[in-house]
Amino acid sequence: MEARTETLEPSQGRASAPAGEAAPGRRPFQAFLDEHRGPVLGYLRSMVGAVDADDCFQETFLAALRAWGAQDSEGSRAWVMRIAHNKAVDHHRSRARRPEPRDELPEVSSEDAQPDDELWARVGSLPDGQRSAVGLRYVAGLSHREVGVALGCSEAAARRRVADGLSRLRKQIHEG
Amino acid sequence: MQTLSRTKDEDLETALEALGVPSADEADRAAQAFAVAADRAGLVDVAYGRLDTPMGELTLAATEQGVVEVALPNRDPDEVLATLATRISGRVVRLAKRIDPARRELDEYFAGTRREFDLELDWRLAKGGFYGQVLRRISEVPYGSTLSYGELAGRAGNRRAHRAAGTACGSNPIPILVPCHRILQSGGGTGNYGGGPEMKRRLLRLEGVLD
Repeated sequence: MEARTETLEPSQGRASAPAGEAAPGRRPFQAFLDEHRGPVLGYLRSMVGAVDADDCFQETFLAALRAWGAQDSEGSRAWVMRIAHNKAVDHHRSRARRPEPRDELPEVSSEDAQPDDELWARVGSLPDGQRSAVGLRYVAGLSHREVGVALGCSEAAARRRVADGLSRLRKQIHEG
Repeated sequence: MQTLSRTKDEDLETALEALGVPSADEADRAAQAFAVAADRAGLVDVAYGRLDTPMGELTLAATEQGVVEVALPNRDPDEVLATLATRISGRVVRLAKRIDPARRELDEYFAGTRREFDLELDWRLAKGGFYGQVLRRISEVPYGSTLSYGELAGRAGNRRAHRAAGTACGSNPIPILVPCHRILQSGGGTGNYGGGPEMKRRLLRLEGVLD
């Protein structure tokens, strides 16, 4: 079960920036955006689908920009992924309040993504906790430690969620 | 097909890694839409953009008050942005909209169709005191004419401070728009320039001062 206590403000993500780098607020925000925009957009697509990912992307980086330069803002990859994850969770919640069927799979809008459709659908049908862990680990390329920071759980729990998600996917694929 | 071979695991992991990776174009579009939204939310303290000119690529930066820096082609753009972040604010975002007026006027200037700039300037990166006085006097030197460092110093209130006038020109954060290239040595030599002496000569040629 996904820990659903995480409507955290960006400033609460606690992963320290790599040593030797300038304090995040003193780094041009654009450099941070350029570094993380691809993984953030990819992860959000895996969570909310291509259409809504653009909105969540905007909200994610607006929240990061608001926090930029505040004493406790972070600027790390795990930090921005934590914000992105929270935006995706918020998005699902607001979806759930609407009278639409809430279990629909992410829409994959772009034509050229078709060969991936099946895998998208399978990832989309994973339980929430596994789905976000798998998305953060593989689509966004985070380490298990960073997945833990982004999801607000321990590294061990993150590793377990990723492994459980993978084995469920593998099982599905074998069963056809 | 039935065994969970090692290769198969890696295949799945590779397929997952490839999943959802946006193209450079898609990521670019998302980033641009974000920049517009950030501007609307009043969160962009420093907007910047690049401009190709016949003399190389300029980096232009503007706050909400106006153009705050024109970085000449010999400057490293990453370093320019890092300095802006340190001196003004880390909220530095690439945003065409705020840079466009300067881009347009500079394009016209380099094409020879504009002789005066009509842009708001933000002087916050300029030195203060006498240097600041000197810098503000530079804008009074019209297109196609020149002044010596000593004459400029005199206009700022101290005829003998020609060295200080040179220092002020060298520290000009908004060159071209604040045309320090029009300030020459009293003997007629072109003197130093932030973008290098050759660029200074080219600007003077563009304005018809040099052949």
